[in-house]
Amino acid sequence: MDLTTTYLGMTLRNPLVMSACQPLSEEISNIKLAEDSGAGAVVLYSLFEEQLLTDAQELHSHTTAGTESFAESLSYFPEPSQYHLGPEGYLKHIQKAKAAVTIPVIASLNGCSIGGWTEFARQIEQAGADALELNIYWIPADMNLSGAQVEQTYMDIIKAVKGAVKIPVSVKLSARFTNIANMAKRLDDCCADGLTLFSRFYQPDIDLDSLEIKPRILLSTPQSLRLPLRWIAILHGRVKASLAASSGIHNAEDVIKMLMAGANVTMLCSALLKHGIGHLRTVERDMARWMEEHEYESVKQMWGSMSQVECPDPGEFERAQYLRAVTTYRPA
Amino acid sequence: MSKREFITMDGNEAVAHVAVRTNEVIAIYPITPSSPMGEWADQWVSEDLKNIWGTIPSVAEMQSEGGAVGAVHGALQTGSLSCTFTASQGLLLMIPNMYKIAGELTPSVFHVSARTVAAHALSIFGDHGDVMSTRQCGWAMLCSNSVQEAHDFALIAQAATLESRVPFLHFFDGFRTSHEVAKIEVLTDDDMRAMIDYQHVLAHRARCLSPDHPVLRGTAQNPDVFFQTREACNKFYAACPDITQKAMDKFAKLVGRPYHLFDYVGAPDAERVIVAMGSGCETAHEAIEYMVKQGEKVGLVKVRLFRPFDTKRFIAALPASVKAVAVLDRTKEPGSAGEPLYQDCLTAAFEEGRALKIVGGRYALASKEFTPAIVKAVFDNLKADRPKNHFTVGINDDVTHTNLPFDPSFTTESPKVVSALFYGLGADGTVGANKNSIKIIGENTDNWAQGYFVYDSKKSGAMTVSHLRFGPDPIRSTYLVTEANFVACHQTVFLERYDMLQYVKPGGVFLLNAPWSAEEVWNHLPRVTQQQIVDKKLRFFTIDAVKVARDSGMGGRINTVMQVCFFAISGVLPKDEAIEQIKYSIKKTYGKKGDDVVQMNLKAVDNTLSNLHEVKVPAAVSSNAELLPPVTSNAPAFVREVLGEISANRGDLLPVSAFQPDGTFPTATTQYEKRNIALDTPVWDPATCIQCGKCAMVCPHACIRGKVYEAALLANAPAAFKSVDARDPEWKKSGCKFTIQVAVEDCTGCGLCVDICPAKNKTQTKLKAINMAPQPPLRRQEAVNWDFFLALPDVDRRRLKVTSIPQQQLQRPLFEFSGACGGCGETPYVKLASQLFGDRMIIANATGCSSIYGGNLPTTPWATNPDGRGPAWCNSLFEDNAEFGMGYRLSIDKQKQFAEELVRALAPRIGDVLATGLLTADQKDEAGIYEQRIRVAELKGKLARLQQENDATAKSLATQLLGIADMLVKKSVWIMGGDGWAYDIGYGGLDHVIACGRNVNLLVMDTEVYSNTGGQMSKATPRGAIAKFAAGGKPAGKKDLGLIAMSYGNVYVASVAMGARDEHTLRAFLEAESYDGASLIIAYSHCIAHGINMTTGMQNQKAAVASGQWLLYRYDPRRAAAGQNPLQLDSRKPTIPVEQYLLMENRFKMLTKSNPEAAKTLFKQAQDDINTRFAYYEYLAARPFGAAAKPEQPLPPAAPAA
Repeated sequence: MDLTTTYLGMTLRNPLVMSACQPLSEEISNIKLAEDSGAGAVVLYSLFEEQLLTDAQELHSHTTAGTESFAESLSYFPEPSQYHLGPEGYLKHIQKAKAAVTIPVIASLNGCSIGGWTEFARQIEQAGADALELNIYWIPADMNLSGAQVEQTYMDIIKAVKGAVKIPVSVKLSARFTNIANMAKRLDDCCADGLTLFSRFYQPDIDLDSLEIKPRILLSTPQSLRLPLRWIAILHGRVKASLAASSGIHNAEDVIKMLMAGANVTMLCSALLKHGIGHLRTVERDMARWMEEHEYESVKQMWGSMSQVECPDPGEFERAQYLRAVTTYRPA
Repeated sequence: MSKREFITMDGNEAVAHVAVRTNEVIAIYPITPSSPMGEWADQWVSEDLKNIWGTIPSVAEMQSEGGAVGAVHGALQTGSLSCTFTASQGLLLMIPNMYKIAGELTPSVFHVSARTVAAHALSIFGDHGDVMSTRQCGWAMLCSNSVQEAHDFALIAQAATLESRVPFLHFFDGFRTSHEVAKIEVLTDDDMRAMIDYQHVLAHRARCLSPDHPVLRGTAQNPDVFFQTREACNKFYAACPDITQKAMDKFAKLVGRPYHLFDYVGAPDAERVIVAMGSGCETAHEAIEYMVKQGEKVGLVKVRLFRPFDTKRFIAALPASVKAVAVLDRTKEPGSAGEPLYQDCLTAAFEEGRALKIVGGRYALASKEFTPAIVKAVFDNLKADRPKNHFTVGINDDVTHTNLPFDPSFTTESPKVVSALFYGLGADGTVGANKNSIKIIGENTDNWAQGYFVYDSKKSGAMTVSHLRFGPDPIRSTYLVTEANFVACHQTVFLERYDMLQYVKPGGVFLLNAPWSAEEVWNHLPRVTQQQIVDKKLRFFTIDAVKVARDSGMGGRINTVMQVCFFAISGVLPKDEAIEQIKYSIKKTYGKKGDDVVQMNLKAVDNTLSNLHEVKVPAAVSSNAELLPPVTSNAPAFVREVLGEISANRGDLLPVSAFQPDGTFPTATTQYEKRNIALDTPVWDPATCIQCGKCAMVCPHACIRGKVYEAALLANAPAAFKSVDARDPEWKKSGCKFTIQVAVEDCTGCGLCVDICPAKNKTQTKLKAINMAPQPPLRRQEAVNWDFFLALPDVDRRRLKVTSIPQQQLQRPLFEFSGACGGCGETPYVKLASQLFGDRMIIANATGCSSIYGGNLPTTPWATNPDGRGPAWCNSLFEDNAEFGMGYRLSIDKQKQFAEELVRALAPRIGDVLATGLLTADQKDEAGIYEQRIRVAELKGKLARLQQENDATAKSLATQLLGIADMLVKKSVWIMGGDGWAYDIGYGGLDHVIACGRNVNLLVMDTEVYSNTGGQMSKATPRGAIAKFAAGGKPAGKKDLGLIAMSYGNVYVASVAMGARDEHTLRAFLEAESYDGASLIIAYSHCIAHGINMTTGMQNQKAAVASGQWLLYRYDPRRAAAGQNPLQLDSRKPTIPVEQYLLMENRFKMLTKSNPEAAKTLFKQAQDDINTRFAYYEYLAARPFGAAAKPEQPLPPAAPAA
């Protein structure tokens, strides 16, 4: 049984990738566990440029607050000669991860300035990451900002980063674009090596007791896979970039569906948070069993077999599917 | 030889620089003003700084100065080079060991930033009271007078002690030298190595205790030999002066700065000479140079080596022409024949057969100003046939008439010196910018530079005054600037209260940060400021620095903007060069804090000049606005005439007669200050309010209060006075009204009340029942409302259900408007105690934050109720507070017992009913206390009548009973302080007091660091926290004080955190006070030293409890007596990982930035600590107790290790 796949120009032993998530990858032992459990690659949790800036400002503010005001306490903290306010910790983490595992280690970057995107990308490359995923998590709440401007920002970032590094670069995309296919094409034209579909935007909730907005993270459910499944199926064969499926992939069937839709890899997060990183082994085993039962010899065989270009009824991925769905639905 | 550099630094750093490089073991403990020496030592060592022999010294913080000196003694005995740093009471705690160290002829140097010793009052400021208290210990005493000398003498002392074997106390003036920033030539490691003969180090090692060549020291001796062995050291003391001079000579040859045991400066044919030690010598030196140029025959002997006092060298230092000598002592020794230096000089003259007219005088106690004018007054006195002896100078002693008159207008400052004054707020970064300016000028030009900084007595809204001098010659002016070329006012609020331009020279420059345009600004100045500008023909510049700073991303920190203005206007450096230097300095200073911080400062520099405008000064004054009075007009005479003058910075002018001679001050005086420091202040929304009382409870300054009152009382309410129907069912049915009123003029604007408010506006959830709004427009209206509110009657305390916060918070706080930091985490507890028990409360307060915000002049926050009752308060020391408070209890109980005996004896005369009532009164609640007070009042009436009768026995008993009758009413003894006291320096006493079981209440406000001295580690500091003396993160866990206290079994112990559960705090306070035995409340107090947003400090408390970092519990021995488990664990299982809480506070988060690996390890250990500790407490609280306990119990979890 050949489970290998290619992603971002790399050959992976299987299409199961541990997704970018802090609790999953902040400990090297977990990354090792992922490898031992059969992961084809890992994406490290994101380096947030914004967080680094906030941390630096907070540090400055807290170490100066209340100083030089009262004769007995002219300061409240010792003043170390050096701080690690840059991405050193993250870079060291990449190095440790690389030293600990043989599978590809993909870094993840969430910047907030062009300078930040490129500089950190360069440092991530130097730290030894095999590839870089750009997590452009941005809620454009400015009513005067046009969709075109938002989209252009994505292009500017990918161009800048690609100009700065030689390692493969993928973009983790939001599903909220007027025309995702167009976005994908333009990113592809900008030489993005991969597209991850999709970034899950955490939606706020209201706490009725405290009347406060709470982040309340909801883990994905298997139903979440429908959206990336559709777009991967539409994009497969139409872009050069590798496609990674993210959101709602919980078991072997989900993985297989995504591969058939055209994903090069599938990224698992919620399922691993729920069942533990060792769940990868179960998914891999179940996947192999299904393939065996259905007489598939390799992942390559099924790759894109149900994409829009290869499937029997391409209209099912577009409006026709919607029409059929709403006209045939009857409550149980 | 490496090249010496000129660097600007303060005296403490200059000394520590040498001490750390020439020692191996350094024991430290914080005390102002010496703490920074220990802080430098700890920091440098944490950064692997090696001493001159190539090894990193070992630095250890001890539990007290007594501990530090013990550790030094031990290190010395085992052959290390060891030193310590201290001052004041700290030095006094070292005295017993100093005798030992000297008696054993052990070389060491203690570096002391000399500070006065608390007597009638504590003072952190400089004089020689502390060092003079040690002159009998057998230590050599070497005094340095300036930052450069402090640096040099640190090394000379080290060299001399090693050769002489006499330990050296090297001292310099606290603050004036320890905190003065000056340009000095810094000694190199080669200099230090050249000065110290390693043979003496080896000799010291050879004398050490070692099992390889064992000896014994510290024997107990008998009358037969003690005397002889004590005299055996004489030759070492005889040799010490020569050895010291030899070291000075070697230093002079090496470095080029000559020093002598006694240095004379002045006219070679001087007839009048001053003898003095310390920074005052620099001023005297300057004055004498001036006077000699004027033809005066005057001179000065600077005493360097005070002990051993070399009489011959002293006399030899005096020119033969000298006829009269004034010896100035910076200390007071009441009852002596004269102060110490004076007596030594007299002895020297007598023994050396020199006939001189010698008088002595006291000067500059506790950093009182010592100016050339005062020097001249001393010389003028010496002109008299019979000069005044035992004089004081610099004050007006209108009681015993000791003082010499002086003319303050006499000045000697060189016209070549450029001097500047900067008035800023602590929060705006003024001092930091000025220190930076000194660095720029001192280190990049040939100019000499000096900076001295005067701070406020309050911790919130504090004014700082920076005194800067620059000039081509070394600066000896160790006094404040009073003739400035440049004055900058960084905050317009100062204009309302102070004559900002009192100290500017004619033709000088005035720079004002103001929100008004150059055209408008003139009309906003008060009359006195306009007058000064016109009369002195000043150039006047203005800038809206707040706007420039905000636009540059700097928030309210206007330091960089104002610094640029200073350089642009003052002309000290060419403008472009200055700006280049500022930018370089910004990159150097802030580079490690990230590019963003650098860029915003650089942006501020670039944005400044275009916003700086010169104001066209009108020819005449147009303003009628007068300065605001320092206190309100309704203040009592003492407050107006004494405390008000202190507030107005005119305290120096008050005469001796203005004060009580025993240090007594009235309470309840903060109410007259009306500091108006809040930019924003809370505004109450009655419609949204649920009347829960939480806002009032957390307010650190008692500025937000609630009242319930009869509706009819609103008849004369001011128009803007707000009220609403009371919600409490009992008051609602009687139609009562409820009001939350804010004292906007006293509020600091911290916002804790808004943050804690649980009630949200139904239509705009961003609004609560209290919301912050700009203070100035509200000031007048709310002042009227506040007065009306105060005049409304308090709710009868007997009617209040004190276990319910909404009702309890209606109790009047008897602790109000303190100078604590805005958002202080300690004061809400203090205030709560004052509300509950204030009318019968007597407080022993350990030195620390609480003694400063509670007792620092000018005004006192401890207040009185309308009956005139309120907390009585005293601060004894840092280390003895528990014992001091227990003394209260012993005394009160004794007097009560005696009063009861007298009541029994007088029962036939005062009536059995009254006597029985007095003797059997149940005073467990407010009603019981109220009734007893009525009985005591009745008793006093009867006793007064008995005093008029002829029955001598009854008359005598009545007189005695009248003096102590008030003791029949319950007195609540409270012993308060911080964790530095309770966990460290005062722990032994605290332990003893709780073990004694007397009815005292100990309140430990646990900020987990020595907050008052700037955040040094205590044993309460949690694992992983960065603190001073724990620059690398504290590796050890927090001491579990509560668990130790519980082990006695008869101590009430509670661990509380108001922000986590306020009702639990309230319950603990009530239970503790009601327990007839020792009670210990350990109260989590968030603090500015935690590096948190003080507005949301209560959220940090909540998170600390949610993570299990802080446990809530109560241990009540009364439960054990009833067969119940005395421990109630009131914390639930932790709901968040501790890291989530730790990362909310800079003290922990900073470690992730300075040492990420250590942070990871220590944070994990912190989580393990919590898991273990919680399991242990769960076990203790759940185990069957008393009769329910079975003999075979499972083994408890292991007690958590500290």
